[in-house]
Amino acid sequence: MAEWFVAKAAELPEGDRRIVVAGKDEVGVFHHGGAYYAYSNYCVHSGGPACEGVLINKVVDLIDADRTYQGQTFSDEVHFVCPWHGYEFELATGRCVGDRRLKLKKYQVVRRGDDIYVVT
Amino acid sequence: MDTVPSEVRKLNFDDYSTAKHLEHAAAQARARNFQDFLIVDVDAHHYENESYKEVFQYIESPVIRHDVIDSSQRPGRSAMINASVGNQNLGGRITRANLRRLQKVPADGRHRDIAMTLEWMDAMGVDYACMFPTPMLFLGLHPQVEIEVALCRAYNRWLCERILAVEPRLVSMLYIPFNDPEAAYKTVKDFGDCKGVVGFMVTSPRYRPVHDNAYMKTYALLEEMGKPISFHAAYSWEDRALQMTNRFISVHSLGFMWFNMIHMTNWVVNGLPERFPKLKVLWIESGLTWAYSLMQRLDHSYMMRTSDCPSLRRKPSEYMREMYFSSQPMEKPDDPSILEATFRMINAETQLLWSSDYPHWDFDLPGVIYDLPFLSETAKRNILGANAARVFGLDAKVVKRIP
Repeated sequence: MAEWFVAKAAELPEGDRRIVVAGKDEVGVFHHGGAYYAYSNYCVHSGGPACEGVLINKVVDLIDADRTYQGQTFSDEVHFVCPWHGYEFELATGRCVGDRRLKLKKYQVVRRGDDIYVVT
Repeated sequence: MDTVPSEVRKLNFDDYSTAKHLEHAAAQARARNFQDFLIVDVDAHHYENESYKEVFQYIESPVIRHDVIDSSQRPGRSAMINASVGNQNLGGRITRANLRRLQKVPADGRHRDIAMTLEWMDAMGVDYACMFPTPMLFLGLHPQVEIEVALCRAYNRWLCERILAVEPRLVSMLYIPFNDPEAAYKTVKDFGDCKGVVGFMVTSPRYRPVHDNAYMKTYALLEEMGKPISFHAAYSWEDRALQMTNRFISVHSLGFMWFNMIHMTNWVVNGLPERFPKLKVLWIESGLTWAYSLMQRLDHSYMMRTSDCPSLRRKPSEYMREMYFSSQPMEKPDDPSILEATFRMINAETQLLWSSDYPHWDFDLPGVIYDLPFLSETAKRNILGANAARVFGLDAKVVKRIP
């Protein structure tokens, strides 16, 4: 196991992220909603930079009690999107939204004083 | 636990570099030794609308040129060129679509189109790419046939003079203005010998049947020249049947098969493979499952209805198996034996040509072919480059520079 320096906490504000080259791995480190998340930067689809795309909330269909369709909205669930082809992943878990059997490797993020590290 | 120095990158959405965007593709290309063999992309795109100012200068009719240039100054409003409704870039999720305008290219005199294209080709490990337009894929639906003819000719002239004549790694199957059969014939006549023209392409969304007698002299000319004809798929949300779909995934999934299934059916049932036995026919961007399905459907009915297609001397699938197919967007069923059967069905080792469709949203890397466990190394190299080199008559020399 090794710890890789990500950033000073003050330099990784809420909503920001970093890509850490950790030996042969690349890890995307997100600071979002007061928490840190870290995932492999290699998409489960074709190896694209999965952590380098947009963050966007999950789209949901609005279906009424009578089962009629009433439009769409965004839910509170945050996704990050591989910019190559649009594969979406849950920020909280790294699971692939289109096939929840697939997920990105998750890494632990630790804070030591003012420093943020990712553990591989 | 060891603490080790790390390389950390900040993400910057105010900057864009194709090489950076495709860094993982280049790593894949290096890991798979793509530098060692030829890779040809038979379906790649540029955004010709980014060069419209140049293209429009090639419009020969002074009236159409004036009107098109005038209308282009009011984007989003009534225009002379038809556009397609559709959320191709997933609401901004495909970031390169918007960020590519930020790309800086070397000030070495090369056309921006060439510089940007060579950059992604090198990253993927592609030696030669067959370029096609993007918005003009829908030009076959333009209500004014003379606009299709005028723009097609202007685009072809621009492409030949400004791109193909300059950059030997770029080739094209030129757009045929299929809604005007005489103009289609003239296009093949006028451009068939231009540098980098390796064939001719019909955009599939349109409503002219391929078996119309008016096209026979064009097919004969192509056959005589040894140049392939291709049908490049696209969708149309204005098609009566596809109008019933309400999401882009639906119109795209169906539309990119729909028009090619119709053209293929007409092509085979009317005996065109018997009339033009040496004409090479290539079907582009419909994936593979449509051919697998249509072969079985037509064969099944053919045995009961041979009188509907008396020109045929063999089953429809036997003719289809002698045609060529581009690979993208290559379906990947969970059960790989289904894909393996599809490859057998179309004689993939000799008839399948890899394509990326880059930079469009559903592009494929060469790895979609190279990583298939059921293909031999020879079959992989055929599909990735050797088949296309044979069909297009390309020099098989490896010229890329993978970063």
